[in-house]
Amino acid sequence: MLPPGAGVSLKHAHCAQVRAAPALPAFFEVHAENYLGAGGPGHRMLTWVRERRPLSLHGVGLSIGGEEPIDARHLERIAALVERYEPAAFSEHLAWSAHGGVYHNDLLPVCYDADMLARVCRHVDQVQDRLKRRLLIENPSTYLEFESSTMDEPTFISEVLARTGCGLLLDVSNAVVSCTNHGRDVQAYLQALPLDAVRELHLAGHAVETDVDGRELLIDTHDRPVPNRVWALYEQLLPQLGPVATLVEWDNDLPDFATLCREAAAAERRLAAVHSTLAIAT
Amino acid sequence: MNQQRFSAAVRDAGGPAPVGLRVRAECDPLRRLDVYRNNHFASLVASLEDNFVVCRALVGEPFFREMARAFVQSHPPRSPVLAEYGRLLPGFIDAFEPAASVPYLADVARLEQLRIDAWHAGDARLVSRSDFERALASAERLPQLRLALHPTVGALRSRYAIADIWMSHQGMMPIESVDPMVPQGALVSRPDDVVQVTAVHPATALLVETLADALPLAAALEAALNDYVDVEPGQVLTELLQSQAVAAIGFPTEHDA
Repeated sequence: MLPPGAGVSLKHAHCAQVRAAPALPAFFEVHAENYLGAGGPGHRMLTWVRERRPLSLHGVGLSIGGEEPIDARHLERIAALVERYEPAAFSEHLAWSAHGGVYHNDLLPVCYDADMLARVCRHVDQVQDRLKRRLLIENPSTYLEFESSTMDEPTFISEVLARTGCGLLLDVSNAVVSCTNHGRDVQAYLQALPLDAVRELHLAGHAVETDVDGRELLIDTHDRPVPNRVWALYEQLLPQLGPVATLVEWDNDLPDFATLCREAAAAERRLAAVHSTLAIAT
Repeated sequence: MNQQRFSAAVRDAGGPAPVGLRVRAECDPLRRLDVYRNNHFASLVASLEDNFVVCRALVGEPFFREMARAFVQSHPPRSPVLAEYGRLLPGFIDAFEPAASVPYLADVARLEQLRIDAWHAGDARLVSRSDFERALASAERLPQLRLALHPTVGALRSRYAIADIWMSHQGMMPIESVDPMVPQGALVSRPDDVVQVTAVHPATALLVETLADALPLAAALEAALNDYVDVEPGQVLTELLQSQAVAAIGFPTEHDA
């Protein structure tokens, strides 16, 4: 399990800055698909980090929410990486990214009906069996939904967790993005999720566009600081969740490593406040 | 709405939104579908832009982006490992009519993909210069001598001065000094974890390609020199040694034979 502190994404562009940093964040997260080569400087850096901090491996390509079976070859490669680094957590998305031999390099929306629920549970079981560990599933950011969906997202997620025993990676930013885009109350959405199963949080920045109805369309871009409305929700959630590992995600238009660390420190301060509140209460 | 139809709609950039999509009241599903379309095309184009830096410099950003987009349209990735995605790009460029005025563009793409592959390839020790020279010194056993290339090593033979073109666009030599129309080989290796490109005689590049088939050095050298009569074996071996491409060198023991 990840430590209840603040982590950052490890980017190879920051390699020298990370090695020279005066202090490291509580943990590092990497996209598993970037480390499927046999060796080289990327693995050297990941090994360096792993010797110093817990690691979170975050998959983007298993297509857990796909209609097609899990790509067995890809699962084997992920399993080899998990064995090599023994990460503190492995997570994936409630989404699909491949179909008919095409890899989209994007996280596409799932239709929430009984067939998909059974399929997603089979996939989660298969991944957990192969990796011999509990998987964390992340709530998606979406721009479209399906008329044929028969349940809402929190219900679907709750069922997956109940049937498979996997944990929840709650992406607070994704909740804001999806609820805004679909005109839903984000508080109600969050409270409908199985919050007792949250083992990691994600916070990220998003782009704000205007949709044809004149209201906001949020795009999950991971290319800027965490906005105030996400921080506000994070502060509201923490007393309820208790201290939980929190990743500040930043994948595009990368700033320097010190800026990522400042974002993580902003999360760390809020975590520390919850720690001390809980300590007083007990 | 099955995933086949959704996937096709994302990849059909100008097409209509399929039925069965749900959006906020007074919103247009097409506007939302365009977000997924943009994620798909823009993220893959950006990944190619990151990996094919000199190709980009040779043709300019707008041209490269258009070409990359056409590649994504006709050759979508088949695997989530994007480091491998560019392997089909050189062949695509060969047939991409608008790029015909830059005849060496496809070979530059080949070289840049070799560099990506070298960055991700497995780890192994390199043989020292003295070990290499000692092995070459025993003339009577030379026909049995075998080399193992480092897993990072790649070779390319081109009708163009491919290594010089690449290096001059990395600021490693003046662009004015490069005559692109001279045939050249390039070796890619990763000494001290830094991917490097070395300009070599095409015969040396052919030797490396042949060694990759696990031929003994003497046989590989003979095959390589057959095609290039203007080059001495000593030059080829010196270039191979200097490019730090060899992971093991030695004679097969009787047990191996």
